[in-house]
Parts: sequence; C-alpha cells; structure tokens
Amino acid sequence: MGKDLITLEHISKSYDGQLILDDLNLSIYENSFVTLLGPSGCGKTTTLRIIGGFEMPDQGRVIFHGQDITKLSPNKRQLNTVFQKYALFTHMTIAENIAFGLKIKNKSASYIKDKVKYALKLVNLEGFENRMPDSLSGGQQQRIAIARAIVNEPKVLLLDEPLGALDLKMRQDMQYELKRLKEELGITFIFVTHDQEEALTMSDHIVVMNQGYIQQEGSPEKIYNEPENAFVADFIGDSNIIRSTMIRDELVEILGAKFACVDKGFGENKPVDVVIRPEDVELVAPENGTIKGIVTDLTFKGVHYEMDVQANGYEWLVHSTKLSPVGSKVGIKVDPFNIQIMNVPASMDEEAISETV
Amino acid sequence: MKLFKSNKSAGLMASPYIAWALIFIVIPLCMVIYYGITSADGNLTIENIATIFKPGFFKALKRSVFLALISTFVCFILSYPLGMILSSMKLKKNAYIVTLFILPMWMNFLLRTLTWMTLLEKKGVINTIFEFMHLPTISIINTQGAIVLGMVYNFLPFMILPIYNSLNRIDENVINAARDLGADSLQTFWRITLPLSMPGILSGITMVFIPALTTFAISSMLGGSKILLIGNVIEQEFTQLYDWHLGSGLSIVLMIFIFINMIIENLADKGGVNK
Repeated sequence: MGKDLITLEHISKSYDGQLILDDLNLSIYENSFVTLLGPSGCGKTTTLRIIGGFEMPDQGRVIFHGQDITKLSPNKRQLNTVFQKYALFTHMTIAENIAFGLKIKNKSASYIKDKVKYALKLVNLEGFENRMPDSLSGGQQQRIAIARAIVNEPKVLLLDEPLGALDLKMRQDMQYELKRLKEELGITFIFVTHDQEEALTMSDHIVVMNQGYIQQEGSPEKIYNEPENAFVADFIGDSNIIRSTMIRDELVEILGAKFACVDKGFGENKPVDVVIRPEDVELVAPENGTIKGIVTDLTFKGVHYEMDVQANGYEWLVHSTKLSPVGSKVGIKVDPFNIQIMNVPASMDEEAISETV
Repeated sequence: MKLFKSNKSAGLMASPYIAWALIFIVIPLCMVIYYGITSADGNLTIENIATIFKPGFFKALKRSVFLALISTFVCFILSYPLGMILSSMKLKKNAYIVTLFILPMWMNFLLRTLTWMTLLEKKGVINTIFEFMHLPTISIINTQGAIVLGMVYNFLPFMILPIYNSLNRIDENVINAARDLGADSLQTFWRITLPLSMPGILSGITMVFIPALTTFAISSMLGGSKILLIGNVIEQEFTQLYDWHLGSGLSIVLMIFIFINMIIENLADKGGVNK
C-alpha cells in the first residue's frame, strides 16, 4: 500500500488507574480506509481521540507525516473529526456550520460560499444552506457533520462511530456514501465502530482491538477468513470455535474425529483452537459425514437457514440454504480449506488479552 | 405514555391551578390596574401613572434601574466564570458546590438581609473585628453600595443556576468540534460557548434584574430611610399614606419596565438561537 501517514508508537493511556491502552503500535497508510473495530471499552475511541488531539497519551508518540504531534493542540492538527451524535453548532445555520473552519482560517467570503456549496453537493444536501441543524433528520445532520469536516481539506478524516445513532436502512446507505466520499476525496479515513459488518463493508484495513490491545490487523478478507485468535474469530461474524488437537501437519482431531486441513507448522499432538464459519459446515447424509449429529434448532433468516446441530458434545452453528428439520440425523463435513487453525493462548496474560467479552 | 385518558380529564385536573391563578394572580392584577387608572372619586385618570415624572418619584425610579443594572452586572460577572468552572468539573464534586450556593436560599430572605445589617453597622460585627485588629473601620451601611451588596448576595443563586445549567448542557464534543475545526480556546468561547449559553444568561438576567428592580426590603434595611427605591415609594403609598390609587399607578409603571425587559430578552434569545 502507500506510505505511512500516521504512526502511533508505544501509546499507553489510563483513566483513574484503569489501563485503557497498553503499548499500542499502529501505522496508518496514506489514502486508506482504516477501521478500528472492537467492543465498547476496548480503547478504540481513546485511540481516535489521541490522534485527534483531544486526549494526551501517558506514554508514547503520535507521528504525523514524520513529525511528532503528540503535544499539538487539536486546532493545529491537519485532520478533522466527525463526532458521535454529530456535534453540530445548533445556534448556526447549516452554511455557518460548514463555513466555521474556513472562517477561522480567514478565507474570503466568495471562497467560503463556493466551498460550502461544493461540500453540500458532495453529501447530497444541496440547498440546505439556510436551514437550522435541529430541523434536519439524524442522517442529514450526519452528512452536515461530514461536510463541515471535509471543507477544510484535511489529510485525514476521523470518524467516531458516526453511524451509531442512525436506523439500519440509513446506516447502510451511509456506509456506501462514506466509501464513495473516500474515493472522491482521496484522503485517509480512520473509522471507529463496534459493528463488524460495518467494518467489513467499508474498510481497506481493519484493526481489531480488545482491552487496550490490537488483536489483529489486516484486510477484511484476511480478518474474516484467517482470524488469529478466538477473540477475533468470535467478534467478526458467527463462528464455531472448538478446542482441538493438531495431530500432525494437515490433520486435526476435532471432537474425537479426524479432519483434513491445510495448515502446517503447529507441531504434533499440540492443542489448538479451530474456527469453522457456520456457512462452511456442510450437512450431508449421516453415513457421508465426518461426524454425526442431530439438528436441535432451526431458524429461517431470509438468505439462509440457521441450524444448531448437536454432535460429539458440541453445538455446531450451521448456515445453509438447504433445510434440515429439527430432530433429523445429519452428518457434518468440512472442506479442508475452511478449517482455520489458531494457536491456543500460551500464557495467562495472552489468555486475558484474547478473552471474549 | 399518556398520563390522562383525554384532554377533558387533563382539563379537569388543571382546574385547581386555573382557579389558583385566577384568584391570586389575575384578580389582583386587575385590581391594581383598576386602582391605577382611576382617581379616588372613581373617574378614569392617568394622573397616578404620570406621577412617576414628578422629580422625587422619577429620581427613585432612576436609582432603582441603576442599582438593579449594577447588581445584575455584578451577579453576571461573578456567575459566568463559576458556571464554567463547575460545568468543567466531574459530576460528583460540582453537585456539592452548587448546593453550597443554594444553601443560603433555605434561610429566610429577610433574616439574611437583617444579618448583613448587623454585620455592616457602624458598631457592627465587621467593624468590631476591624477595630480589634486596629484596622480602619468601614461605613457602607446606608449607602447605595450596601444595597448593591445585599442584592448581589440575595440574587446571586438565581444567576448561577441558569448559567450553570445552560453551560452544563453543551455537549463536550461540540466544543471539541470547534477546536477540531481550527478554533483556539478564545475563538471557541466567543463563537460557541457564549452563544450556546445565551438562554441561561438571559434567564439569569431576568431573574436577578426583576427582583432587584422591585425590591423594597433590601433597600429599607441596608439603605436606611434616606435612599428610597421605587419599591419603597410604592410600599409607602400603600402602607403609610393609604393612597392605593397612586401606589397602583406606580406599580403599573414598574410592570411596564419588567414587560419591556422581557420583550428585549425574548428578542435577544431568538436572535442568538435562530437567526
């Protein structure tokens, strides 16, 4: 990808004696859509606020374009933020809201007018100049908040759960809108969310965080298909996570049955965690399955059926377009490519890090 | 959730309050207006109201407006920084401090003003202490300064609370957004914090200015009998001279002032919030 734009070096931060971020290191490339993803309290918003300048890290440095900006106040940073719940100036019109940053920079009136018009066009709210923020819907207010930030031509746009307050349909529309904006503007977006679907839809690069640590970072495909630990596997989508034994390279024993897989280098007879996505579990006739089970629950989900299958003492979550009624005997088969092997946390410390919420 | 099944039952529930308002607000107000615009023999007249332009009365009104303005200004200057400090503090601590400022309101207003009298007297508590310490004594009792002091002391909480509330309601991220868009702390204050707290400032001003304009207790206790405010003049008309017509006429003048004050504030409020 591109070159580093923002680098966080050994960032630590605690509030009231509680550690929020612990020795965090992160590089953000130019022109990328990066998502910080994690449950509430994982430190993602604090990370964003440190980049924005609203928090000072206890330790560590923030490097922007090769310069240390750790102690620079927010108004001197070349980045803009879209806040949770929009944070519009309710005593100003939409045009005045958007013009705020430009007026502070003493731009000419005609320049400001053009820019406001351009920004409103970019977020599809042309002609809203003289409206007041309170008269707009949540989604519209969110667009104004984005317009207000991008007229300043920041190098980086920080977005702090900007879609959290919107309803589902609006949220999905805004996801595509944000992606389009990013392409049009050609700047870096750093997006904070707890919604894994949102992260998968929009990002070039996902940073999964939990309890102040980065659990894994990579492309959405990599995060989804090759989670590095049980936390990531569990947080990103539904999955079957089963403690198993790696018998040797390319062979793993899951719940007493031997499954072929493609992973190597975990050693022989070593405990591992296995992740199998529900859509990768094939239900076949009992005699054709690697293990046999009974369907215990069935839910229609629209695109597919969701089934629980009790097999060898584990309740498998299965997504399939083919229906198997409750009580029917089935066999479970998994393609070797769809078995993801993960190291079992080695120490107590690591266990704590990857502990699920 | 709907509290009442229909508008009808809601109206029924409101009837005691309507009766209350009629008996204790509307009827007395009508009586004041009636007495104000009639003479002793029952004829319509504007003489009572016009009396305000006679030198003695006009002087009292001017003095009242002047002292009320000063008191309101002093209250504002004291309250705004305090409101900012309180709203920037953690929740638990500021609740104590707010209570501390409201605490005096639990005591009787006259009692508190009387206390200032004994404190400020020529041979009062403060001067006794000063004398004991061989410091020069002060004599502000029975001056306009003492009246302002009494007004500020008594009405300060009415300024602090609305200002604190309006500052407290400002989302921290709105301030952060202004900083984020390049405003330094001073620009953020002038363009964001101050305009957003304007409703609180305006209601604080109203709540201090009106009682300060109409008070007669503070001025008669701390101002002696020489410094008459318009409130004292009206009180005298009713309780000493028994001229209800003149007293009501002067009250109408005060009401007009209060009315003008509220109109101005309403306009300013609208201008600040929805230009």
